[in-house]
Amino acid sequence: MNVIETNGLGKCYGRTWALRECTLAIPAGHLAALVGPNGAGKTTFMNMSVGLAVPTAGTVTVLGDQPVGSPAALDGIAFVAQDAPVYLNLSAGDMLHLTRNLNRRFDQRYAHERLAGLGIPLGKKAGKLSGGQRAQLALTLALARRPQLLILDEPLAMLDPLARQDFMATVMTSMAEDGVSVLLSSHALAELERVTDYLVLLSGGQVQVTGEVEDLLACHRVLTGPAAEADSLARQLRVVQARRGGAQAHLLVRTGGPDDPVPPGWEAHPVSLEELALAYLRSPGAEVLPGPSLVQHTEPTEVAR
Amino acid sequence: MTVLTMPAQPAQDTAAPRPVPWRRMIWVTWRQHRAMLISVLAVLGAISVFLWIAGLDIHHNYAVMTACRPAGSAACQTLSSNFTSTDWTMANVLGILLQLAPVLIGAFAGAPLLARELETGTFRYAWTQGFGRARQAIAKLVLVAVTITVAAWAFSEVFTWFFKPFLGTSSLTVLSATVFDARGIVFAAWTLAAFTIGAFAGMLIRRVVPAIAVTLGAYLGLNLLAWLELRKFYPVSLVTSNPSLFDGSTNSATSPWVLSTWYTGPGGKPANQSVVNQVLALFPHNGPPLTNETPAQALARHHITEWFRYIPVSRFWPMQFIEAGWLLALSVLLIAATVWLVRRRAA
Repeated sequence: MNVIETNGLGKCYGRTWALRECTLAIPAGHLAALVGPNGAGKTTFMNMSVGLAVPTAGTVTVLGDQPVGSPAALDGIAFVAQDAPVYLNLSAGDMLHLTRNLNRRFDQRYAHERLAGLGIPLGKKAGKLSGGQRAQLALTLALARRPQLLILDEPLAMLDPLARQDFMATVMTSMAEDGVSVLLSSHALAELERVTDYLVLLSGGQVQVTGEVEDLLACHRVLTGPAAEADSLARQLRVVQARRGGAQAHLLVRTGGPDDPVPPGWEAHPVSLEELALAYLRSPGAEVLPGPSLVQHTEPTEVAR
Repeated sequence: MTVLTMPAQPAQDTAAPRPVPWRRMIWVTWRQHRAMLISVLAVLGAISVFLWIAGLDIHHNYAVMTACRPAGSAACQTLSSNFTSTDWTMANVLGILLQLAPVLIGAFAGAPLLARELETGTFRYAWTQGFGRARQAIAKLVLVAVTITVAAWAFSEVFTWFFKPFLGTSSLTVLSATVFDARGIVFAAWTLAAFTIGAFAGMLIRRVVPAIAVTLGAYLGLNLLAWLELRKFYPVSLVTSNPSLFDGSTNSATSPWVLSTWYTGPGGKPANQSVVNQVLALFPHNGPPLTNETPAQALARHHITEWFRYIPVSRFWPMQFIEAGWLLALSVLLIAATVWLVRRRAA
């Protein structure tokens, strides 16, 4: 099952396309990171996935072909918007009770235990909580709904490094224990590098890279060798980004796989996810599209065109 | 509070899940809007208590005044002038201030209902919960609307009782604009309309303060329109050429509301206006008439009949139902439009 599937999805505000021609499919069971610089269209993408924005073009379905905003979609997706909005005049306990009343499922015991574990008193007004506590409260409310998909918009932005770790630990635990799929957005990949296993890279309102992290890393490498040969080599290979430092050149190339032969006189290094993402963001023309699951799905549409 | 236990892995059923029951919105609405509801009820309650205490006094004074014999004596005149000065002044001011009560309640309760969610960003929480945003909006709008409408109705009953002695003593009838608005079911209907105008404006503008301003403006416009224009056209008016209905004291609580008068000549054709003016000149406004005839007799000599279009006070309830009816229809329409905006409008 794909938790989110889009086809030619686009959103236009006035004359500006916040997102366009977005076609992708995120399979269930991943912690998918939606990465891109500010203004890349991450929030627009998420808003359309939870029904807070209506697409100008294309389609989006969730949880295996459910329309966005349908009862099944609302029931199965928990969304924590940017800055973790909660009613500031309500206490944490009231927020729990409110969320319980607004949803079919709500694991009250889990929510109570987690807030107790975090040291957030039930009687304290949400407005009096620190930014980190508020983010944790919003996350607790979302997870207590026992969703199939958890969508988090910039969840780490308002947290200090320690709180970030706690926050991600909670997310990872529910993935492991309850099989929740997660999509979270961030403009900084560094802190997600170790936990994310699916990458969607947005840039300038378009999808640039999408795929499983393992596959992406396996088919990219950095070649280091003499700068003089770099140009001739670049013509034979798919170079994402080339850097020259003195006599040495570093080419980040896309390969057919880890078994591709290394050109003589050159040295191959594995690439880190952050390096890979930055390289693509710096080379707007390069893309890795579409992912394997997507090819299968979009075939009929291609024929129809 | 009960503890719900759930399977860790939700069932992957393809059928649409059972909707969250409507009754859960009662607590949700109460918790989210209780400050507003309590303040509306508290203000109306406090004014009601004041009206009750002051009203007991006024009813007593009125009873003493009407029981005073002989009516022309100096003692009775004093009672009467006291009543029309002190008591009437207070009641008059209150009556005028209460004209604003529906719109104040409506703007205060209606405008922030959705606008605050949009302004503070909490709609991103509320609209993504399993209950569904359109259903949430419907439940909140209906619950709050019913509560404040019932409260406004109860309040207007208190005011009606309080104001009763002044009908007839102050050239007011139940059809006078300020009286008609404050009694029966119309006060509640105007409160409901103000609330739905506020909710709609809030959803449209998405800002609390501008929405309140727009609500005040729209309400006052509508209210003035009803006063000055619409009520004349309610299909309850009667036509007569019998002037005796309108003779006598204009101070009577039963004198009808005359909408218009016109004159017809012989054979029902429109009368010659210069002849009418000649006859009417015999009855100057200031000074005694220049003839022994009544105006009707003087006109009849010239084969002219004066016609009146009027609404008798007995048509009070039909008028109330007509006005409350169109206000209710408007409110339902505005609630539907607000829900439509909630369903449609995206961030």
